[in-house]
Parts: sequence; C-alpha cells; structure tokens
Amino acid sequence: MTGAVDIARAVRAGSRTARDVLEEHLAAIDGREGELHAFNLVLAEEARAGADEVDRRVAAGEDPGPLAGVPVALKDNLCTRGIPTTCSSRILDGWRPPYDATVVTRLREAGAVVVGKTNMDEFAMGSSTENSAFGPTRNPHDPSRVPGGSSGGSAAAVAAGFAALALGSDTGGSIRQPAAFCGVVGVKPTYGLVSRYGLVAFASSLDQIGPFAGNVADAALALEALAGHDRADSTSILEAAPSLSGVLDRGVEGLRIGVIRELVDGIDPDVGTRLSEAAGALEAAGAKVDEASVPATTLGLSAYYVLATAEASSNLARYDGVRYGLRVDGDDITAMYGATRSAGFGAEVKRRIMLGTYALSAGYYDAYYGQAQRVRTLMIRDFDAAYASYDLLLAPTTPTTAFELGAKTADPLSMYLSDVCTIPSNLVGHPAISVPYGRGDDGLPIGVQLLAPALGEATMFRAAAALERSLA
Amino acid sequence: MTATAASTWEMVVGLEVHCELATATKLFCGCRNAFGDEPNTNICPICLGLPGSLPVLNRQAVELAMRVGLALHCAVEPSIFHRKNYFYPDMPKDYQVSQYDQPLNVGGWLDLPDGSRVGVTRAHMEEDTGKTTHVGGGGGRIHGADHSLVDYNRAGVPLVEIVSEPDIRSADQAKAYVNELRAILVAIGASDARMEEGSLRIDANVSMRRAGAEELGTRAEIKNLNSVRSLGRALEYEVRRQVERLEAGEPIVQETRHWNEDEGRTSSMRSKEEAYDYRYFPEPDLVPLAPSDEWVSGVRASLPVLPADRRVALAAATGVPVTDPAVGTVVHQGLDDLVTAAVEAGADGRLALNRAANELAHRAAPDPGAFAKVLRMEGDGRLTATQAKAVLAELVASGGDPEAIAAAKGFEALEGDVVAAAVDAAIAAHPGEWERYAGGEAKLAGFFVGKVMAATSGKADGKAVTALLRERLTG
Repeated sequence: MTGAVDIARAVRAGSRTARDVLEEHLAAIDGREGELHAFNLVLAEEARAGADEVDRRVAAGEDPGPLAGVPVALKDNLCTRGIPTTCSSRILDGWRPPYDATVVTRLREAGAVVVGKTNMDEFAMGSSTENSAFGPTRNPHDPSRVPGGSSGGSAAAVAAGFAALALGSDTGGSIRQPAAFCGVVGVKPTYGLVSRYGLVAFASSLDQIGPFAGNVADAALALEALAGHDRADSTSILEAAPSLSGVLDRGVEGLRIGVIRELVDGIDPDVGTRLSEAAGALEAAGAKVDEASVPATTLGLSAYYVLATAEASSNLARYDGVRYGLRVDGDDITAMYGATRSAGFGAEVKRRIMLGTYALSAGYYDAYYGQAQRVRTLMIRDFDAAYASYDLLLAPTTPTTAFELGAKTADPLSMYLSDVCTIPSNLVGHPAISVPYGRGDDGLPIGVQLLAPALGEATMFRAAAALERSLA
Repeated sequence: MTATAASTWEMVVGLEVHCELATATKLFCGCRNAFGDEPNTNICPICLGLPGSLPVLNRQAVELAMRVGLALHCAVEPSIFHRKNYFYPDMPKDYQVSQYDQPLNVGGWLDLPDGSRVGVTRAHMEEDTGKTTHVGGGGGRIHGADHSLVDYNRAGVPLVEIVSEPDIRSADQAKAYVNELRAILVAIGASDARMEEGSLRIDANVSMRRAGAEELGTRAEIKNLNSVRSLGRALEYEVRRQVERLEAGEPIVQETRHWNEDEGRTSSMRSKEEAYDYRYFPEPDLVPLAPSDEWVSGVRASLPVLPADRRVALAAATGVPVTDPAVGTVVHQGLDDLVTAAVEAGADGRLALNRAANELAHRAAPDPGAFAKVLRMEGDGRLTATQAKAVLAELVASGGDPEAIAAAKGFEALEGDVVAAAVDAAIAAHPGEWERYAGGEAKLAGFFVGKVMAATSGKADGKAVTALLRERLTG
C-alpha cells in the first residue's frame, strides 16, 4: 500500500485503477477494523461507486483531480449529505445532514474516495477517543493503548492503512496529539485557511479542520485541496490555497528555528531525547536552532478550558430534542430538554457544558471568560515576539507516548494535560504540524511539532519535509 | 386613584421597538424573507441552525439597519455580534445572534409632532426567532399547552431593535413616538412596519416617580403589545396599577408583565430573580462589522427628507406653528407638497393646511393647481366653507375644474344685495321672532339664517347672514 501522492499519480496515469486501490484498503479494514474500531461507519458501496467514477473519468480522458482515487476517511463530525454524522454521540441519533461540509465537497471534486466516518471523542471533547458513545478506538501500534484524540479514529485509520488520508478537527490538539500517538503526520492549519462550513462545532474560535497522512508530501497534497476561501464561512481567510508540494525539497538552510523552552518542561525523557535529535537534524540540515521562550504558553491550558467550554456550552445548546436527533419525552418542554440532554450526552460533554455555562454566567464572565481572552491576547503577543527572532518554533507534540486505555479516564485533569503542548497554536490561530520522529522506550511512536506564524504553512512544510528526510 | 394622587406621580416610559427589515433574504442565509408563506418553506440548514452550519451576514440588512440609525440621528459605529443564550423551541440554535455592548447605531433622537424629543439609546441588529403556536390549554402560552407548532420561516429574519431613552411621560406621547417611528421606517424603506403582521413589535418599560424627582423608580417591562392602541391602554393600566401600589405603600417589583388585550390588564410573567441569564459572549462565527466612512456617507446621502424636517418646512411655508396638529397630519398623509404648492399659488396657509388635513386625509390627492384654485375661491368669498368642501370632495372623486364644479353645483356666490334682500324679507315675514331676537334671544339668529338659506337655496354664506342680522339690529 502506498501514499496519496503515489496513488493519485498512478491513477491519473492509468497505471492503477481507483477501484483496485480502494479494494486493497477495504481489505485492510476487513482485516483489523474489528480489533481497532477506527470507524463509526464504513461506506464500502458508496466508496466503490466513487472509485468507479474516478476510473470512468480517467478512461474518458477527463482530469480526475489531484487526489484521484485516494481513499480518505472523515472524522464523524464532518457533515456528509444523507449519511449519518454522529459526532460519536447518542444525541445525534438518526440525524442525516442534508448537505456536505465544504471540505467533503472539495475532496470529492479533487477525486478522493470517501471510505468511511471515523470514531472520535464525543463532540471532539477528549484526548483518547474513549469518550465515544460507541466505544473506544485502539492504537494500531499497540491495541492496549489509546490512539489519542479526539480524532483518534482518523489517526488510527491512516496508521492501519485503512485510508491513505484522513480528515480530523483540531480544537486543542485533536489532530496533532493522535497523529503523534499513532505515528502519522497531522496538520492544524492557520485558523481560517480551511472552511469550517459543515464541521459540527465544538469551540468555533479554535476549531480547524486538517489532514492526517502517512508522510509530509501526502499531507501537503491534502491541505492544498482543502484550503482556500469559502464564502459560507465568515472566518475563512481571503487567501488562495498555498502551494506546498512544490516547496518540500527546498530544505531549511538559513531558517531560524527556536525550541520552545516552556513546552519542554515536564515531558518524558524519551520524548525529550527525540526532540533534541530533531533539533540536531534541522541544524545539520542548515537551520540555525536554539532555545526560544514563549512565556505565556504556560497559561494556555487554563485559558483554553475556559474559552473552549464557554463556546461549547452555547454551540451544543441546539441539541434539545425539538428538531432532530434524540428526543426523550417529558411532561413539559423543560422536562423534555432535561431528559433528552441527560440521556444524549456523555459525562465529559456534560462536564464541559457545565464548566462553560458557569464561566459565562452573570458575575463570573469577567473573571473567567474575560480573563481567558486577555491570556489569549498575551499569548499572541508572546508568539509575535518570538517570530520576530525565529521563522519557526519546535516543540514536542505530546509529553508522553500513547497511554493505556482507561489510564486517565478517572482523572479529567490528567487527560487535559496531554494537550498542553498543542493548545497554544489553537489559542493564537497559528499553524502547526506533528511529524513522527522515532519511538519511545516503550516502542511507541513519538511526534515532534513545528509551529509557524499565521499563514506560514509553506515554511512549516519545508522544515517538516527536512525532518522526515533526516530519518530516512 | 384620586386626581391628587395622580398629579403627584410622574410616569417614566422607555420603549424597545423590534422592527423587521424589508430585505429580500434573511440575515445570515439566502432564504426568502416573506410574511405569510406556507410554514417551514423558507428554511435551510443555516436558519434551522443545523449542526455544522455557519452564518454569513446579509449586506442589505446592514444597509437598512444603518438607514434606521442615521434617520434617528445615531452614530454608526464599529460593532460586533454577540450570542444571547436561552432555550426556546422557536430559536433553532438555542441562542440568538444579537448585538450587545457594541451595537451598530448609538445615541440618536426622535422629534415628535408635539415638539417633544425622545432620545434613542441605540438601534442594534439581531435575528428574529421562529413563531410558535401553542395548541390546547395554557391560554396560548407554552406551559399547559397540549402541543406546540413551530414555523421557522421567521427564524433568521433581520431585525433592528430600537431602544429609546426613558424620556416618554405619557401614553399619548408613547403612541406618538411609535407612530412617528413607523412613519420614518416606512419613509426610508427599512420596513413595512406592520404591527398586525408582527413586523413591528413593542416592549414598554414603565416606572413611576414623585413629580420632580430625579432618580427613576423600579420598572416593569410590558410585553405582548400588538398595536399602538394596546400600547396606550397597557400604559394607562400600568400607571394605575403602579400608583395604587405606591399609594398603598407597596413596592413595585422589577418584573416582566404580559398585557392581556381581552382582560385589559397586565399580569406577571417572571420576576427579576426568574429572569434569564443570557450569558452573552462574542459570536465567534462572525467577524466584526465596521462599515466604512464611504458606505455610511453613501447611505446618509440616500435618505429621503424625514417627517420632522418636512414638518418644519411645512410650518415655515404656511406660517403656522410646527406643533399645530394639522402640520403633523398633513405630513403624515404625505400632503405637504400639495399644501406648499397651493400656498405658492396664492392660497392662504392656514386654510390650505386645514382643508388638506380635514378634507383630503386618507383620500387621493387632487391636482395641485385645482386644489389651490378652490382655496383661492374660498378665500375670496366666492365659495362658502361648506361649498368649498363639497367642491374638494368632487375634485378628489372625479377631478375637473373647480369653477366648472362650482357652477354645476349652482355654487355661484350670491351678490350681497340679494342676500340683504332675503334677510329683510325674512325679518318682515317674522316680526314676532325678530322682536324676541332684538330683545336678546341670540339663539334666534339660527332661525333667521335658516329662513335666508331656504330662500336662497343654501347659496348664502351663513356668516354673512349673521353679520347682516347684527347690522339690522344696530342700524
């Protein structure tokens, strides 16, 4: 099985059919999906029809698109027309969106073939995919371990060869953390680079869709297809999609790269070792690497859990049993709301709705929401200051390798801490990419993270490709 | 409530007026903005708040909202949208996108026909909710209803909420404020302002204070005011209720009260303690709204002359005080150009105003030249007041030349000596009545006017006849 770049090239050239490529992936799903549970729904028949359509276009001499025949898995919070979109929650029971998310349309237009909807933490709230109403996903490298989350199903699908590419959403690290745990590449683009239209919202000011891929070039190809202005999303940047594939071999000669000191504190020693090796590799490739300080990153976790939960408390209000999804009847409207939401939401979602509701309440708004927004401003200032001296920043993606299922479910705070290195990028709206960089003492994958200023994707991908080459 | 009690209290009212903007489409999506369509036909994923959908601001709605603000002398300022969070089944997202501490239009005023000025705190943008119909039990309210039906056609229709300062001091002034506001909204093309279709909705904040006091009393907010008449009735009721409580030494409770049109009274809906905590926070799905100076000045330049300015111009043209009720009526009826033209053509200003206000209101306007001619004929004494009104009525109904209409009706004014002869004949024919009239029984003047009118087939001018009778007495 090969990556997206190779598949698309071969399918476009007519040397492989999209259908053959798909069948290989469906066979892989047949082989291990029962063990891993990466998918909420496998769309084998729809995928076969899609692959055949790509093959028909190739045969007819039409351009099948840059992702021709590439099997793609979609996180189950991306709306798919007529196909259940559950967010791994009971509350969306039976709901089929009447429309496709913009990213789904763009993937299809690019010739990609959607193979299924992947499991996730309910409404993207979690770091292990254990908060799914449909049971956890397991890490393909060690099924006793979590794949990370919240986009754990998407990360596992790529790692297990179920799909060449997958889409996830990243609100506080939900692409990068599972990418690191599963040994694949994960990208959180600049806020506004990829349309959020059709992404079921968790925290609107932080959510961003991005790709998982087996390698950096595949991720670049995917992001090129996803990015670009969308009128349907008011926060979409008025910017053409960046050209990424063409810059990957440009190297890092002369780039100034700073290792974020504050995010190295408290990480596992083996993660620290791999990070140092990555820094050394970039230096060896011609970059100037030293230690950088972004002090406000230490405040990120607390600010994040106020802002994200505040927005979530509002975004998730609509699941009230009135119009779609689950309804549990009650004696009056208030009782119906209560019964529906009590039965429909899992414990973590309820916890965050309550936290966010509290943070926005009269008399507490300024102390919580207001203060967190000020932290966000402070953090933007600190990053801007850092980028005055550096082109890119380097940090661990996660403090540890993938943990065992159940290890952190009883302690929400320890679970939240697994996102400490990824949250800052969401708060400031900047891009970041997690690249696999060796393994830990336990034999599990470790990822390192490259961070760039807003719309700095091209430079970020150059350095990511250089890191990848250094391992070859 | 005694008269003395009432006179020691002052009523303080501020109004919140919700106005649906007359856009082609809704505030955040491309669905039709129309009243009266089949329920749940003008809906899409966005105005239904389906998961994953996002709002995109309607430029025409912003423009109409700015027209409202500028017509009310507000400053248009950089603004943002907030989410107002509360659960209600006709609100698809269970939050309303509104504006909170940074509204689009800030700090204006509205001048009323009586010369008073009411401050406008703000005029902000927000989305309308759907419409719920509660079936069975509950008296039309959700609690106690057997079931409820929701029509989301209205969900996401653009609204402007116009919040007045607490400058209103009487029910009549409140009614005048709403009427003036409606006239402006229609004049600037922002809304059809039809209260009966819900495109204009009013909430009233009412409190009482001792006459001369500076600080405001505790207020009640009154909802469900579906007409200007309801507004007036509800305010009059609420004043009585609050004064009775205050006179009895009972405090006013800060609360929301529901106006019941049939019962003619307000009743408590929810107290301050039960009030929603709306948990406002900035809407992250929309970007800040900061209209450019060019856009604002373009909108300002496109505004028509507003009613208050038209009243000032009309008062100047007719030489009548701007607060004269006829000035307001003529402007409200859109007859000010007609009156001004008549005055320019030589008609008397007061006469033109009165005839337009009383004879032409709610009717088709006549040809300006013909109108002026009728007024001149009346001013010259060639037509009596009664005759002039009859000619105007004919003019409005069928058009034509006033001279010809008057001639056809036989309204040739009589020569003075013919009238005098008729007066003398009437005195001669009724010596007994004349003696009593001369003896001081003034009401007998009517008797003689009647006789003269009968003798002249109604063509004599009643005033002229009365004057002749007096002459005969003194002469």
